[in-house]
Parts: sequence; structure tokens; C-alpha cells
Amino acid sequence: MELFVFVCASVMVLVGALGVIFRKHPVHAALSLVLTLFGIAVLFVSQSAEFLAAVQVIVYAGAIVILFLFVIMLLGVDRAEDLKIEPLTGQRWIAGVVGIGMVGLLTAAVVSGSDALRLRGAGIASPVAGENADANIQQLANSIFSDYVFAFEITSVLLVVAVVGTVLLARRRTGKGIA
Amino acid sequence: MISLLAIDPVLKGDLLWTPLLIVVLKVLAVFVTGLVATMLMVWFERKVVAGMGNRIGPNKAGPFGLLQTLADGIKLFFKEDLVPDRADPFVFKIAPFLAFVPEFLSFSIIPLGGDFRGENGGLVTWFGHTTRVQLADPSIGVLFTLAISAIAVYGIMLAGWSSGSKYPLLGSVRASAQMVSYEAALGLSLAAVILVSKTMSTSGIVIAQSSLGNWNVVATGVVPFIIFFIAATAELNRPPFDLVEAEQELVGGFNTEYSSIRFSLFYLAEFMNTVTMSALMVTLFFGGPQPIAFGSTVLDIPLIPNAIEGTLWLFLKTLVFLYIYVWLRATLPRFRYDQLMDFGWKILIPSSLGWFMLLAAQRLGRNEGWNTIVVTGASVLVLIVCYALLQRSFTVSSKQREAEGSMF
Repeated sequence: MELFVFVCASVMVLVGALGVIFRKHPVHAALSLVLTLFGIAVLFVSQSAEFLAAVQVIVYAGAIVILFLFVIMLLGVDRAEDLKIEPLTGQRWIAGVVGIGMVGLLTAAVVSGSDALRLRGAGIASPVAGENADANIQQLANSIFSDYVFAFEITSVLLVVAVVGTVLLARRRTGKGIA
Repeated sequence: MISLLAIDPVLKGDLLWTPLLIVVLKVLAVFVTGLVATMLMVWFERKVVAGMGNRIGPNKAGPFGLLQTLADGIKLFFKEDLVPDRADPFVFKIAPFLAFVPEFLSFSIIPLGGDFRGENGGLVTWFGHTTRVQLADPSIGVLFTLAISAIAVYGIMLAGWSSGSKYPLLGSVRASAQMVSYEAALGLSLAAVILVSKTMSTSGIVIAQSSLGNWNVVATGVVPFIIFFIAATAELNRPPFDLVEAEQELVGGFNTEYSSIRFSLFYLAEFMNTVTMSALMVTLFFGGPQPIAFGSTVLDIPLIPNAIEGTLWLFLKTLVFLYIYVWLRATLPRFRYDQLMDFGWKILIPSSLGWFMLLAAQRLGRNEGWNTIVVTGASVLVLIVCYALLQRSFTVSSKQREAEGSMF
């Protein structure tokens, strides 16, 4: 059963990912990205990380891709792009090299960290019917708000800084300065 | 593995035929209930709006015009299904389903009945198996609804875009901006409910609301409910937030280019969503299938078994909300777009966040044994300072925009 779910979800993820790259239309590419995100959510559920699955769908599929689509629609770039034009010379080569490098790094991380994953998973309780269905969420909350609270808060500060920076960059300057 | 998909006692142990049959029956029951409820809701809305406008409303098809929706549905089914030349065919065809399926999915986590009194906890026994009168009871419960309503945006958004014409596109851009903005307020007011009932599963939330004083509408202090109600109305794109289909400005809104069965799917999705949201509000704030109880005295409906009474209570409570929605539609004029955005971002989100902080501080104070009055005073002080800062930032930004020559 678990293998079956894994294969189905992986096919979803891979087909979506390939779609993002090969569909010529930006909107279709964005929709393929949604398929990928759903596949990942299914994988999360099958690993009994339901909370992560829900957050995945709410944040990524529900907000970020919607934002992508929003921008695509508002800017009117929803026409198929001409792939012969290369806006930045050499960017495809560099992208290819960086992509291969990423694959290499991820593989190295998984190989060297597989032990750590197995050991850390030992003490983690999974939700059980009727007894403590919220175990998952409680454990997550504990590690976010006690063990890793500093990293968590720094990340939120980073987000706020990014928002403020974007607003400042996007503002029209009229020469009067800030009142 | 199976137990992960739905924390439901019927799915414990080995996979047998009877539990499977029960689940299939539940799916069927939820689907049919959803469809019939939608059909009746359309009739109810037309009839009540007609009554409020001193008209008669549908009265020809069936008794009291009850079958009017069915007749309309059959008519729509047999009309020609058009796909505009400039449309994106695949997305155009898939969009109605993206709008329609999520509404049914979010209906599946609502407890539709069962006996929640005393130690029963909403469990019923069917064919020798203990189960709940709800299709699925995932541990993430209400978050599932949020996720699903996030998906529902796609249907409307893609419908407008794929039509390949201006007005639907404008309607869908409005829709997506509105639904994404109000989802934040919706989520924050939900957080207050989760904080009070200490669980995310819908059945757990219902179990926690055993008497009138425990109902979340009282326990969270009314404000989250009001915010939830307003945000839900905006999520549903119902009046006074129906800018998505403002006829005077956008011809028909995102569904202008749709006809036949695809149009009816959008229509169905909208009304289905209204029913689901009302039922969800009842579940979250008004005790769902719990009977009205003051302390230990329960307002019992005589002659009916307790388990069926739950369904009856849920129906009655949901009906109140459906009536309120229709009432709002007949009464309130539509918002202007900038008013809508201001209301969502400047009033609803800050106030729901502030109220959530207040509730959290109370909870912490009670756990640590601090003086309640001091805790309340301190948190109110902090909120007042935050409010003043917020107001200050609004005045500064509006002054700047005025200096730059902007209209709003």
C-alpha cells in the first residue's frame, strides 16, 4: 500500500516537474507546478506528516502559485514564449551547470544524512486513531517554539525585511522624500 | 497506513468488507446530501429573496416551486456547450470541476450527526462497527478546510483567464485577490477556535462544546466568530462581497463565457459552498450536532433517538445561517473594490490577530497561575499601543500617497 502511494505520488511530482520545464505557456507551467506540490503533499501524508501536507497545500498551492498566476495574468505575459531568444547570454549553460551541481549536493546530503534521519525518527510518535491524533502538530510546535525558536524568529524577521524592501523598491519616487 | 488517511475508529485493524461498505455508503450519503442541500438552497434563496422583495418567486414546478432548480438544471444540461475561439480549451474545460470538487471535499469533514452527549463523543454503531457520522475525521481537521478553500480559488481564477476575454479576466483577478486576502483573516480567526478547543479535528471541536457556555462563540468571545463570518462571506463571493460577478461593471464576471453544464457547475459550486461554510460555522462556533444545553439541562427533542437528533440540530442551526446569507443578499449593497481591500487588510486581519494574542495571553496566564486582571490589563495595553502605531502608519502612508497625487 505504501509503495503504491509512493509510486503514484512520485509520478505526479515528476510529471508536474517536467511540465514546469517543458510547457511553453507560463500558465500551464504554473499549473504543472501545482501538480508537483500536490504530489509532495501526498508524500507528506503517507509519511504521517499531515500538518506539513496541509501547510504545503495552503501556502504553496494556495498562496504562492496563485500569486504567480496573478502576476502572469496582470502583466499579460500569458503568451507562449519564443525560446530562441536568450535574454542573458550564457544563462542556459550556467543554469545547467548549477542544476547538476544541485543534484550532486542533494544526493550527497541524502547519502551522508540517511543515518541521522533514521536515528532522529526513533523517538517521534505518530498519530494513532482515537488516542492522540494531534501528536504530530504538538511535536512540530515544540521544536519550532522551543528548540529552534531563534531560527524561526530570524526567518520571520527576514520575511518582514523582504516585504519592507519590496515596498521601498516598488514605490514611485517624486523627489519629496519620506514625509 | 489506512489509519493515517482518516483517524476514524471504523478503519482500525484489518481491512474488512463491512467497514469498506460503510465508508462507501458515507461517501454516497455525503455526495447526495450535498447535491440535495444545494438544490434546496437555490430554491430557498429565490423564495426568501422574492418574499423580501414582495414577489412570489418560483411557484410552478412542483409543490411551492420546489422542483424549479431541478428543471433549471435539466434545461442547462441540454443547452449547447460552447468553447470560445480564443479560449484555452484544456483549462477552460477543467476549471468548472476545479471549482466544484473542493466544495464537496470540504463537506466531508463536517460531523453530520451522532450523539455527542456525555461519554458518547459522537460515536455511533453501524452493522457492529463503531464509527462517526462524518466521512473523514483527519487530525488536521479544520486546516483541511483551509487547504481546500485555497484550492477553490483556482477554479474561478482559471475560468476567468482561460475564457480569453477581458471581463472574465478582470472578474477572476478580483476574485483571486479577494479570496487570498480574506483567507488570512479566516485562518487567524480559526486559530482562536483551535486555541480554545485544543484540537484541530472537527469532531474534537464539537465534543468540546458540550453546553451553551462552552460553545466556541462564547468561549472565544464573539469577535473571532464575527470575523470568521465576514471573511467566509468574502470567501464565498456572496453579497455584499460579490465583486467577482458585479454585473454592472463586468457583464457577468468570471463565468461570462460559460454556458450549459459547465455554467451550472459553477452555480452549483457557489451554493454548495454556501451550505458547507454555514455548516462549518455551526461546527466551529455553535456546537455542530450538539443539542442546546444550559449547564446540565439539555433541550431534548422528544421521541427522536439522540443520534438522529444530532443531525436535526445541525440542520436547524445551519438553516439559521443560510437564512442570514440570503438576508444579507437582499439587504446590503455591494462594496467598492478599495473598500473591500481596506476592510480586509486594515480591519479584519489586525483585529483577528490582536484578539488571538489576547486569548493566548489569557491561556498562558491561566496555565502559569498569574493574576487574570493584570494579564488582561497588560495585554489590552499592548493592543492599544499596537493599534495606535497602526493608525499612525495609516495616516502617514495616506499623506504620502496624497503628496504623490494618488486618488486613494
